Amino acid sequence: MSLWKLILTNLRRHRVRTAIGATGIALGVATLLSVVGLLGGAVKMFEKILRSDAEMVVFERNVSDLFFSNVPETLVEELEEQSFVKEAQPVLFTIIAAPDRPVVTCFGIRASDGRLEKAEWLSGGLEGFLDDGRGVVLGERAADFLKATAGDEVELGQDRYPVAGVVRMENGFENGGVFMPLKECQRAFHKEGGSSVVTVALAEGHEPREVKAWIDAHHDRLTALENEEFSRSYSQFRILKTTAWVVGGCAFLLGGLSVTNTMILSVFSRIRELAVLRVCGFSRGQLARMILGESLALSSIGVLAGWLLSIGGLRLLKVLPALQGYIEPQVGMREVLGAVVLAMLTGVGGALYPAIHAAKLKPAEALRFE
Amino acid sequence: METIIQVNDVWRSYDEGRIEVLKGVDLLVEAGETLALVGSSGCGKSTLLNVIAGLELPQEGRVTVAGRGVFDEVSRRELLRHTVGFVFQLHHLMPGLTLEENLLVPAVAVGMSASAARDRVRELAEETGLLQRLDRRVRELSGGERQRGALCRALMNRPRVLLADEPTGALDERNREAVFELLMKLVAERGLTLVMATHDVDLASRCSRVVRMRDGRVEE
Repeated sequence: MSLWKLILTNLRRHRVRTAIGATGIALGVATLLSVVGLLGGAVKMFEKILRSDAEMVVFERNVSDLFFSNVPETLVEELEEQSFVKEAQPVLFTIIAAPDRPVVTCFGIRASDGRLEKAEWLSGGLEGFLDDGRGVVLGERAADFLKATAGDEVELGQDRYPVAGVVRMENGFENGGVFMPLKECQRAFHKEGGSSVVTVALAEGHEPREVKAWIDAHHDRLTALENEEFSRSYSQFRILKTTAWVVGGCAFLLGGLSVTNTMILSVFSRIRELAVLRVCGFSRGQLARMILGESLALSSIGVLAGWLLSIGGLRLLKVLPALQGYIEPQVGMREVLGAVVLAMLTGVGGALYPAIHAAKLKPAEALRFE
Repeated sequence: METIIQVNDVWRSYDEGRIEVLKGVDLLVEAGETLALVGSSGCGKSTLLNVIAGLELPQEGRVTVAGRGVFDEVSRRELLRHTVGFVFQLHHLMPGLTLEENLLVPAVAVGMSASAARDRVRELAEETGLLQRLDRRVRELSGGERQRGALCRALMNRPRVLLADEPTGALDERNREAVFELLMKLVAERGLTLVMATHDVDLASRCSRVVRMRDGRVEE
């Protein structure tokens, strides 16, 4: 029998205690992976909205939120005159109120924006969505809660708009939003001639640095970033991702307390047993390793259970009708690895005090322990 | 004859010196001796055994076992791994483990190979009549079987000295006799040195030497 077998045997013969300790870690892992996965998914969905078919995004320098960014629409024509740009599209992000729905995401776009063309049309068609018209296109979920279809009128903000069509979008934000002709959106929100961002598709053989250099030279108020760069640097995304890890970390702290509690209980209820191990020749180091090993094994069980729990939970959320399209969990190797490292650190941290206590045990005193 | 245990002027007290248990104990034990420590409860028999095994260290005096001093963690560990086996009044087998797993515990401490450890367990179990009980959990064993198991565990790492603190004290008459005879047989066959604390005058008289303790001192 090796020390590891003894560790596993100890866990097996105290099943309830093992289960409680592992549950603490499992809940920590499940919470971390779920929160990171959900928020990561939300960020990815927002990135997709920005990206469409473009590789770059131009927005106002140093804005904390894209809703506050103001990029002149004329930039589109300026950019399209450049040899390195294949296509540029303005997007105005706004929030609009509808009856019983105080918050509806509204996308002000041009009719030439590829995203509507590629969408699955459930009613109506692109011909009703005109740059100088007032017809709006509803995402499938927006059409549901506005109870409207092509040919109806919907009340949005201060006005009523004819519905040009209903589309099913893969992206939950778009599927629950309203697409409005850019000019009408600018008028409704008093942002004439402006947009939140301009997305840029590069001409073949050209580099993003050409766009950046041109923007830097001609528009010192604006900045151009590649999609990846944008995702890394956009403060809202960073806040969301950091929040996810902090919330997950807090869940781990609670898991760590559960491990500490379990291991303390485990050591104090086995005082005589541990003393007998010393009498059998176990060194202080071996006893400490045994306790830490039990905690690590317990954490490993917790990681596995938590991982399965998070997979199940996220799948369940994804298929819930109310959340359809809003949940696109992104749990990659980085997140799983992060959870494993945190779980192991929690396991070691939680078992540190019990392990030290076990190692310092005085065998003769411990054998008299009642 | 080789002196295997040497206890020189050992003092041991508790509660910051308020309770003195060993008061200048001197004791020499020759290799191969079977020595019974007798005396009333609280006279210091168990404490002396603990001090010899290194389970507690004396505040004053010196203990040497098999030529090596017992004075710190390392010497204590080496002593318990290779030189001394300990049997208690209670079996102290680990509940939830099988008898075989319990006997393997000392082998884990010294890192014995799995096959050597298993062979050793079988050899001891055969000698003590426990071969058919190896796969049983502790709760499935009788009192006598448990104590025989504890004896096997103490002998796992081939010690030269066996310390026994009232090894039959928790057994009924029939098992007491059987376990004691087995203990003496195993000690004799291996040429071990036995130091046994006991209240039982009959068992003590069957040892080669009897040492009486009174109020923390040895009276030969």
